[in-house]
Amino acid sequence: MLTGDRENIIELSYPVAPNDFSAAGDVSAKVKMLLKHLGIDAAIVRRAAIACYEAELNLVIHSYGGYIRLTVSPDEIIIKAEDTGPGIPDIDLAMTAGYSTAPETARELGFGAGMGLPNIKRCADVFEIRSEVGQGTYLTIIIHHD
Amino acid sequence: MDNEVSSGICSDLLSWVMAHGKKDGMWITIQTHINIIAVASLLELSCIIISGGAQADPKTIDKAREEGITLLASGLTSYELAGRLYALGVGINDQEL
Repeated sequence: MLTGDRENIIELSYPVAPNDFSAAGDVSAKVKMLLKHLGIDAAIVRRAAIACYEAELNLVIHSYGGYIRLTVSPDEIIIKAEDTGPGIPDIDLAMTAGYSTAPETARELGFGAGMGLPNIKRCADVFEIRSEVGQGTYLTIIIHHD
Repeated sequence: MDNEVSSGICSDLLSWVMAHGKKDGMWITIQTHINIIAVASLLELSCIIISGGAQADPKTIDKAREEGITLLASGLTSYELAGRLYALGVGINDQEL
């Protein structure tokens, strides 16, 4: 289990490739396994895994590529998803359950239900998203644990 | 299979399952591609039942073996499967997550 030392803060970064549906979910699986091995409560691991999966899939479906960055401190799990575009013009609209801009190819696989961001928010204690069209989207969620 | 079954869910939208699927739940879907295994694994579902006589992709079967996910298939429609399983006592689960 983690202790209070700064040395015991874990920071990991995982690249996520755009449109690679065959690898979709692999990062979330690694994150989940790591959190489990750290002895974090199963219900909290589950919330983190769901949020991470949705964030990962957003990168696969919508972005030009990006990173999932995980920080685990003694009392917080921080998951960041950062990409290099295309950015979200209207975040309120993107947060609306059922609204999706996913292409038909993703929808045929059962993605693009317009539930990703609301699912992430539901699992997070702190949820922040900012986006600039042409620059990228930056999502941060924090889940408390201990 | 010896897995415990807590409840059932029937959906072809992966995010819907991520939002409403429960640990040890059975999942009925017509999706056959590899991503269903990641969803089942992350949620620790009891099994996936592919309905409507659809065939799982070979990659999906390989991934299911790798992840230890029970993959079943049936010629019944999702509607009929869900109805029969519900009648057998596989209910819904209202607990959060």
